[in-house]
Amino acid sequence: MIRFENVTKTLGSKKVLDGVNFHVGAGETFVVVGLSGAGKSVTLKHMIRLMESDSGTITIDGDVINDLGRHALQIMRSKFGVLFQSAALLQWMSVRDNVALPLREHTKMPEKDILELVDEKLELLGLGDAGDKFPSDISGGMQKRAGLARAIIMNPKIVLYDEPTSGLDPVTSRLIDDLIIDMREKLGITSVVVTHDLHSALSIGSRIMMLHQGRIVENAPPEDFVRSKNATVQSFLESQYITKKGKWEGFSHV
Amino acid sequence: MGIPIRSAERIGQRMLTLLQNTGRAMFMLLEAIWFVQFAFSKRNRHETVGQLYITGIKSLAVITVVALFTGMILALQTGLELRRYGQEVFIGSAVAISMIREMGPFMCGQIIAASVGSAIAAQLGTMAVSEEISALEVMSINPNRFLVMPRLVALCVMMPVLTVYTNVLGVLGGAVVGATQLGVSVQAYMDNATRFAENKDLYVGLFKSFIFGIIIATVACHQGLMTTEGAVGVGKATRRSVIISFLVILVVGYIITRLFYI
Repeated sequence: MIRFENVTKTLGSKKVLDGVNFHVGAGETFVVVGLSGAGKSVTLKHMIRLMESDSGTITIDGDVINDLGRHALQIMRSKFGVLFQSAALLQWMSVRDNVALPLREHTKMPEKDILELVDEKLELLGLGDAGDKFPSDISGGMQKRAGLARAIIMNPKIVLYDEPTSGLDPVTSRLIDDLIIDMREKLGITSVVVTHDLHSALSIGSRIMMLHQGRIVENAPPEDFVRSKNATVQSFLESQYITKKGKWEGFSHV
Repeated sequence: MGIPIRSAERIGQRMLTLLQNTGRAMFMLLEAIWFVQFAFSKRNRHETVGQLYITGIKSLAVITVVALFTGMILALQTGLELRRYGQEVFIGSAVAISMIREMGPFMCGQIIAASVGSAIAAQLGTMAVSEEISALEVMSINPNRFLVMPRLVALCVMMPVLTVYTNVLGVLGGAVVGATQLGVSVQAYMDNATRFAENKDLYVGLFKSFIFGIIIATVACHQGLMTTEGAVGVGKATRRSVIISFLVILVVGYIITRLFYI
């Protein structure tokens, strides 16, 4: 569904992606982890061409997206829903209007049907009472859920999550993780999650890829990822108190 | 030997950046102009009307004060000089011509660049650094249609309207000073004010204000959309928006005057 082949990207004098190759299959929850500045968010932005690679090929659903024209790019982007790190809700609109925005812009649905669908999604994400509130009046966790409601309102094939649990308390983080799992199990959505939270990655991921200094150092299912022999991966696991002999011994995907 | 080469490189790099930014701003403007035909379509009506309200109605208070005092200062300064020759009765024409030709559009442009333009740059800049612009792009919502076009329409419509308002208040402010400080009756002041001002003065003044509206919208939106570096970047974009608008308004104002009066 998503394929990166020898993708490189340099920002300033720093090579952020250095010949990256990977593939995300349909229905997978693919998690990209790594330290700050490892190239995780840059990878995500390349999938929707918010950034363009210096070289290499990116294929989405069989189509190479590197040279797409504006119209084709719009069609390609319509396959995606994106939950941004900051939720990126438009501050001058209510939560309901934020979620309704893609429908009002891209469909000819009657307003009554739009509002029904929006309220249904808000209810699904536990935001039934927050529709009339403005983003500044709700908590960070609620903003993320509203951002997720907007991301899935057009029934995308793929949802990208950029640091979905950053800045959230553990309970809300777990709630977001459960929502991501639900997206896959109930709606069959392919998900790509960028995070530095390994506990979250191990809980939700069907495969975990670690980037370090623009290169892939590991790409494996969670149970294999925790047993990786790569020193960078081991160090990253240990930094979050995850060891082969500790809590994650006998780890199996949940 | 190394220092002059490095300096030349830096100058060349800055020139290149300037040209790139100007090109991007022009592309943004042209696309927004193309979208003007949809300004009052169902999708854009709400935002366009909102921007007309913010630009027009919300600016009235500050424009009222500035316009009145500009007219009063003009009348006082000119009147005191003319009084030495016993010609203070002509302050009406001096104030009217100054306001309609130059001061009205110029003062209005500066006030709107400082108030509305800076607010636009700050708002779009904040949206850019908080990924709201990226979110619009991912949703295939063109920011030039969704954000730039309504602001362009609002400024191009409201600048001439506000300029007429500025002109009227400036002339009235001059009349008050004429009557209370210089002993020129309101009747005599108004007779002079309307006798020497020509229709051409009004048209050129309004044309200037329309062009100033385009300049403010283009500079403010472009600076806002190009913002990086978080809160510091928003501050920089806002400052740059005001400074660039001021300078371009000055230069373009001169060019228009030169084209129509020489």
